[in-house]
Formats: sequence, C-alpha cells, structure tokens
Amino acid sequence: MSNSTATAAPERLGLLRVLGPGHVWALGVGIVLVGEYMGWNFSVGKGGMIAGLVACWVAGLLYTCVAMIDSEVTSTVAAAGGQYAQAKHIVGPLMAFNVGLFLVMAYTMLEAANAITIGFLLDTVASMLGHSGLNQKPFIILTILSLAWLNYRGVLASLSFNFVITAFAFVAIILLFVAVQFGVSAVPLDFSAVTNEPLPYGWLGIVAAMHFGLWYYLGIEGTCQAAEEVRSPSRSLPFGTMAGIMTLLIAATLTWYVCSGLIPWEYLGNSGTPLFDAARVTGNTGLMVLLFIGTAFATTASANGCINDASRAWFSMGRDRYLPSWFGAVHPHYRTPYRSIVFLVPIALIFALGAPLDQVITFSILSGLLGYTFMTFNMVMFRRKWPLGTIKRGYVHPWHPLPALILLILCGATYFAVFLGYGTQLIAMLSFYIIASLWFHFWRYRFVRRGEQFTMPWPRPQGY
Amino acid sequence: MDIWNYLEYAAWALSALVAVVMLLDMFRIDTTYDNELLTSSREGELELTQERHEL
Repeated sequence: MSNSTATAAPERLGLLRVLGPGHVWALGVGIVLVGEYMGWNFSVGKGGMIAGLVACWVAGLLYTCVAMIDSEVTSTVAAAGGQYAQAKHIVGPLMAFNVGLFLVMAYTMLEAANAITIGFLLDTVASMLGHSGLNQKPFIILTILSLAWLNYRGVLASLSFNFVITAFAFVAIILLFVAVQFGVSAVPLDFSAVTNEPLPYGWLGIVAAMHFGLWYYLGIEGTCQAAEEVRSPSRSLPFGTMAGIMTLLIAATLTWYVCSGLIPWEYLGNSGTPLFDAARVTGNTGLMVLLFIGTAFATTASANGCINDASRAWFSMGRDRYLPSWFGAVHPHYRTPYRSIVFLVPIALIFALGAPLDQVITFSILSGLLGYTFMTFNMVMFRRKWPLGTIKRGYVHPWHPLPALILLILCGATYFAVFLGYGTQLIAMLSFYIIASLWFHFWRYRFVRRGEQFTMPWPRPQGY
Repeated sequence: MDIWNYLEYAAWALSALVAVVMLLDMFRIDTTYDNELLTSSREGELELTQERHEL
C-alpha cells in the first residue's frame, strides 16, 4: 500500500479528527463521575461530615486550577499524550518521560479499579437475588476486553458511547436529589451530625479526608488526551474541560448533600456504593434501579475513558521513541493506536485480578498527584518562555500565577494526607519513578530522535 | 446450576472471543501493511497545516 503512492509527499497515517466538545466533556466527566458513585465517602470516614464537605470543595478548588491550567496549555500544545506533550515542549525530555508514565499508570490503575468494581457490583446483585459466591473474574476480564475492543474499533463510537452513559449517570444524581427534595424518601434528610459531631477526629481529620476528596474529580485532566482527535482543539478542549469541571462541582456537592443527609456518617464512611445505598435508604424501588444503573454506567464510562487516555499517552511515547517505536502505530482502517491499546490490556488485567482495590486506587491517586505537581511549574515555565502575545493560545486562564500556586499548596497538603495513610506506597511509587528515570536517562534516550520530538512551530523561547 | 453460572460461562466465552478477534485483526494488519506506514504518524501536523501560532 505504501509503495503504490508515487508522489513527493509521503503517505501518512494519523489519528482521526472527528471529536467535538461534547466528546471532550464525555471523556473527562466519564473518567471521573465514578468517583461520585464510590470512593469519595471514605473522606467522611476519615474526618466526619464537615471534613467530607471541606475535602469536596478544597479538592474542587484544586481541580478547578488543574482545569484552568490544562485548558490554556492544551489548547496551545494540541497533541495526543496531553500533559506528556506539554512537558516535552516546555520542560524537557526527562520530565516528559515521567509525566507519560504518570498518565499511563494513573489511567491503567483506574481502569483496573473500575473493572474490580463492576465485578463487585454484579456479585452484590447476585447476592441480593439469592446466588452467593459469584466468580467475579470472567466479568472483570470481559469488561476490560470488551472496552478495549470498542476503543480499538474507533474513537468516535467509543466516546459517543461514553457521552450517553455519562449523561445518564449525571442525570441519575440530579434525579435522586430532586426526588429527595420533593419528599420521595421514606427517611428525611438529617444533618444533625454537622452540629453534634462537627469534627470527630479534629482538624487532622480534614487533612486526612483530602486523600479521598480527590476521588470526586480525579481524571478531569484526561480531556487533554483527545487533543489530536478533536476537530478544533483550541475551541473544543477548553470548552469541554471547563464544562466538565463545572458538571463535577455540581455533581460532587449534590452527592455529598444527599448521601450525608440520608446515611449516618459512621456508615457512609465505609460504604462501597454510597449513592446506591442512599437510594436504598429512600425505600423507592425506582430510585434504587436508577442509581444501580447509574453506578454501573459511571464505572463503565470511567474504564472506557481510561483505556482511551492510557493508550494515547503510551502511543505518543512510542511515536517519539521514548518507548519502542512499534507502539507508535496507527490502525489503517480504524485510525486508533491499536498496538498500544492491545499492549495495555494484560497490564490492566494483572492489576485487576491480582491487587486489592484500595492499593490500586492509591497508586492511581499518587500517579495523578505527581502529574498535578508537574503542572504547577510547567505553567510558570510556559508563561515565562512564551509570554502572552508571543504565541496564539486557544484560551488564557485568569489570575496567573495564583492557580498554579494554589495547586502547588494543595498538592503538598494532599501528599501529607496520603503519607498519613499510605506512606509505604508513596515511597514505593517514588522509587519506581526514580528507577524508571535512571533507565531513560542512561539507556533509552539514545534512541530518541532529538530534533524531531519538538513539533510546535513556536518562536524561540525567551531567555534562550 | 442457575442463571448466574450460565452468565459466568458466557462471560468467559465472550472474553475469549473478543480477545481472539482483536488479536487476529492486529495480526492481519501487521502482516498486510508496511510497518513504515503504520508508524508514520507525526505529532503536530495540524499545527503545521492549520494553526499559525502568530498573532
């Protein structure tokens, strides 16, 4: 096929540009919304109801900063790989390699966690219907493989599917809130613990709650990975990302409100599926079914978006020869990074079948947190090297450098919170990235085509 | 044996089917097309052709 073209310009395959702002929204919110359906409530267990709400809003502030920074940089560096491509152009190759790994690890672990949750959900339903001891493994494997196949077949179908199920899961939260407000629940909302036990573990409980507060929004930065597949990156990426964080702020606050009002905080802090449990407390069968489907859809959407994002990051690193160039292949019909998608399937399966859920989630959070820390100085360097007015930006975020500073401070607080509960994992993760960095610096970088990796037609940075 | 046992077997079978179909397609593509073409994607082509980065 390649030999049949005898023109001067070489025939090239690229990812397909078919996405709009709605798909970007579906990718970002789809990855994250599962955090409203499960996981966030452990913040209530760590510090009580008030701590859960503070964590919800402080983490919301952290991610608003992330969304603003990402919108500006990604609307300018519109390439698959998202933050990896940003780091490559703005900071340097070693940072880019690390950021690429953060992305792949964060999304692959989250995909594994979602698959585990789907297995758990089906086991719960089977138990409710009288079947005990369901073998969850085939359902976990089927989830990962079928979503990988959907991603393999094309990005448009994959993210259109995500749009439908994510919108359903978001509407389900709103319907639960409206139904409870209009008295459908058999149990009234009760916020007496806010005054009776405002901070059962003191102020340290608020810091500890931050670890799981991230769960409300973790992954919204994934919108950047669609940069090379949207029709108009400078318009769609900021629009989809900012609409996404607004959606999540609404969903997170409604979720805290309904769940904290219906479920005593001691139980809420240990619930596996808080929104579904809140629906069960209402005693309304329709709400129970709605929130069960919402939980299943949110989990599926998250796994689907994670496969999309992890494969794009891996593909970009392969294309730049940071990894073997074999991974940088594009399917000639479906125009997807098919080798990267297939390669990451067994890795997700290993974590989904062989590691406990809380460890998988913690490693995902830690990788994400390392990525957010990178964003702070990446943003400062971006504005210093290419100040406003020197290159065209699709979006300019206000109040620079305040969002970057707030993000750095909140990241520091969250590291401390993670260290309180998972210090060993934090050190193990950092050690892994240090060893990987040494491998890249002393071995792999010799294979990189150094001039070709910088692709943006920007003017020379200031000071160089 | 109840419905859940059948669903377990169905999930195993579907998983195997999806894996085989995906791997076969990958093998077919890799053996049909030149690797140079498959790995010919380049970052930033949109930037070069459509965006000017000038004010």
